[in-house]
Amino acid sequence: MKQDFKVLGTRPIRPDGLDKVTGKAMFGADKSVTGMLHARVLRSPHAHAEIVSIDTSKAEALAGVKAVITGDDFEDVDNRWTRYTMQNCMAQGRALYDGHAVAAVAAVSKKVAAEALALIEVTYKPLPHVTDVDEAMAPDAPVLHEGVKGRNLGDDVSGNTVGYYSFGHGDPETGFAEADEVIERTFKTAAVHQGYIEPQACLADLGADGRGELWCCTQGHYEVRRICAEILHMDASQLRVTASEIGGGFGGKTTVFIEPVALKLSQKAGRPVKLVMSREEVFRATGPTMSASMDVKIGMAKDGRITGAHARLRYQGGAFPYQMVMLGAMSAFAAYDLEHVQAEGWDVMTNRPKMISYRAPGAPMAVYAVESVVDELCQKLGLDPLDVRIMNAAREGSKSSYGPTFKAIGLVEALEAAKAHPHYSAPLAPNTGRGVSCGFWFNFGGQVSVSMAINADGTVNLIEGNPDIGGSRASISMMAAEALGIEFDRVRTIVGDTASVGFSDVTDGSRVTFAVGIATINAAKAAIKEMCKRAAMIWEIDEESVEWIDGAAHAVGHNAGTLPPMTLAEIAATSGKTGGPIAGHHEGAPDKAGVSFGVHLVDVEVDPETGFTAIKRYTAFQDVGKAIHPAYVEGQIQGGAVQGIGWALNEEYIYGEDGRLQNPGFLDYRIPVASDLPMIEPVIIEVPNPGHPYGVRGCGETAIVPPLAAVSNGVARAIGARLYALPMSPPKILKAL
Amino acid sequence: MSKIHVNATVNGDAVEFLCEPDEVLLDVLRDRLNLTGAKEGCGTGDCGACSVTLNGRLVASCLVLGAEVEGSAIETVEGIGTADALHPLQRHLLDHAALQCGICTPGIIVAAKALLAENPDPSEEEVRFWLAGNLCRCTGYDKIIRAVLSAAAEMRGDSA
Ligand code: FES
Ligand code: FES
Repeated sequence: MKQDFKVLGTRPIRPDGLDKVTGKAMFGADKSVTGMLHARVLRSPHAHAEIVSIDTSKAEALAGVKAVITGDDFEDVDNRWTRYTMQNCMAQGRALYDGHAVAAVAAVSKKVAAEALALIEVTYKPLPHVTDVDEAMAPDAPVLHEGVKGRNLGDDVSGNTVGYYSFGHGDPETGFAEADEVIERTFKTAAVHQGYIEPQACLADLGADGRGELWCCTQGHYEVRRICAEILHMDASQLRVTASEIGGGFGGKTTVFIEPVALKLSQKAGRPVKLVMSREEVFRATGPTMSASMDVKIGMAKDGRITGAHARLRYQGGAFPYQMVMLGAMSAFAAYDLEHVQAEGWDVMTNRPKMISYRAPGAPMAVYAVESVVDELCQKLGLDPLDVRIMNAAREGSKSSYGPTFKAIGLVEALEAAKAHPHYSAPLAPNTGRGVSCGFWFNFGGQVSVSMAINADGTVNLIEGNPDIGGSRASISMMAAEALGIEFDRVRTIVGDTASVGFSDVTDGSRVTFAVGIATINAAKAAIKEMCKRAAMIWEIDEESVEWIDGAAHAVGHNAGTLPPMTLAEIAATSGKTGGPIAGHHEGAPDKAGVSFGVHLVDVEVDPETGFTAIKRYTAFQDVGKAIHPAYVEGQIQGGAVQGIGWALNEEYIYGEDGRLQNPGFLDYRIPVASDLPMIEPVIIEVPNPGHPYGVRGCGETAIVPPLAAVSNGVARAIGARLYALPMSPPKILKAL
Repeated sequence: MSKIHVNATVNGDAVEFLCEPDEVLLDVLRDRLNLTGAKEGCGTGDCGACSVTLNGRLVASCLVLGAEVEGSAIETVEGIGTADALHPLQRHLLDHAALQCGICTPGIIVAAKALLAENPDPSEEEVRFWLAGNLCRCTGYDKIIRAVLSAAAEMRGDSA
């Protein structure tokens, strides 16, 4: 594996930075066109109701209204998953949660659109609802959709239970019998929102000729194209989707909530339509992540060896069938090398917005429950929590709890770095506790396309198909520069629209730097091969006698030393005379992503009077394989850690008896603010991923996994009592005290 | 109801616009004056993405009516530095990799500039409390706080 890097590991200014600090960057809501209409969506005030009728006539009659649509305007689609997405964007027959879209309007101004909404008359017949996962699983619960119950499930669970998964090996009961101490606990975690600061926004133009243009903030414009083309019954080639700059996503922008509605309105009105969600709509109708109810049982020998482990995870994912608990069950015990382990999971529907991925989807809550029990066992047996984790840690060659055998991984390195860090031995102030937790994420490869052009002036353009959510244009340019042997600022990477470069999977799973990186390196290889050919042609020697070294063609073999190297710029300058433009491209589906482990240390101070928890010190260790742009890797670790702190302490979807969301705004759904936090110290560990030429693993998601248990374990040690539910808001801590 | 006629200056330029009586300054800037640097993250004064200054005072432009700004001087992110002459805050944010998605960045720059005008030598804690109204979901704030502190040091002429 390559090790002596020239560009990798440096910290250049990102190419899109200037536009973002001067206000020029164009995000989802920033684009307007002539003749554009403004759209608004009417949403259900009921948790569950039959839509008896919708009378749109008064709205349609209002001056300035150009189109009104309801669920009746959407034809059925064959793919059932697309149908769920469509019915989530616009209810058909029943409103399934508070905030579910029931109608939409396009009008000449925002004001007229808002007035028109008030004129739409919907007659609802309220139906019984359920928003809690355990209640929704009970056999007598009101069922959201008939006929979608998971196959291998019995009468002990309701029809809302749409999937069951089990992973593991050995026999946990045998393991518990060998233990000196066994602890079993039940945990609950609240649903939390991705909380991106940019609400969903799009600008749609679907003409009478059947050709469509769609501008939107998304993590995956090819996925948007697929879903919208299916819903609108269009050919994919006729819908061009352009990804705007994206103001955060964290998984929440991997699907559509408004795009099919805007396209349908545009089709009906014959004009471009802009649709921007309000923050309240974002909370009520776009995916939060799952809430969970979990049982974890772990047995430990006196010396700290974990003898057996079992988890039962019940996830609540909102109003439509979904598949996500599987990732929780796979992640739960991934950090441990165990002989007897089983993790089971159930996906459950409720009358809440349809869940969507949130950074390491499914893992944080499962790992929270497991790491809490491990910590409690350490306390009980008087053992050091890092020593116990080092003793039981998964390492190269361990059979993972979810099946595969791990290749080179960096968990032990991260644990040892934590142990050696001054944070771990620093004295603790009164009312303060130190929490530790491990975390894990798979990372992912997936389909990818990259197209690279070598310009005649020696510069390089690169088009990729993955929206840049946190600096990936910088890291891709860096890898291109490294592979070609040129300077970073000679490469310009852009994110192409769906008509300008081949298919690329969604920006998710921490896959972009890994997969687009591999495609970029391969595209560079293709261009290099061509450049070597041109040099051979000019030199009139065999192609095999030319090698690419540090950005130039070198004659090797018996011609070595006889010819001066020919640089990329020199070869590019004459390309018009040596066979035309030089380019390289790569399409593929790399599948050797490397899993990434993290270990977090936190000192929390709990005020015994108020129950308020303050984060006093935070250090996050993470194996990232290879940090391409270390500053952005640090940023991913810091940002993930803080989202996890919010999950642990503040954030929570609160539902009333009426099944309505009570806190759809940033005032009552409180994400961490600057004054809540100390500096977050990131420690990058680099154990190269053997599946990537530069060792990249992916780094975006792991860091949200450890904070939940790290903070909870810190609180338990600070107050001498343990909480088994998140968030640990001050009233709950006061109760535990 | 008829529209209201307003004269003001934005980033030093005289502007004249008509707006609805209930139209907020943020919409005036974005929809009428084509200045989309200020962002709407919430529309309720809770996120700071729409921060601008009004006669030198930091405000959430989603909570100010367009009709209220008659005769006022407004500054938005577009008025703070240009590509070839960046404000130190803009440069330090870039140098520190203090933006990931960048949607909060315009608001952070406007708010931090207002802080440094009032207090050129803030402590870390003062920066954190001043920026508590500017939500950033991506960065965990660490690099933003460092960038503001180092920009402040440069503006004071400290060698650090
Ligand atoms: S949009 Fe004004 S404070 Fe959020
Ligand atoms: S950089 Fe994304 S919200 Fe701050």
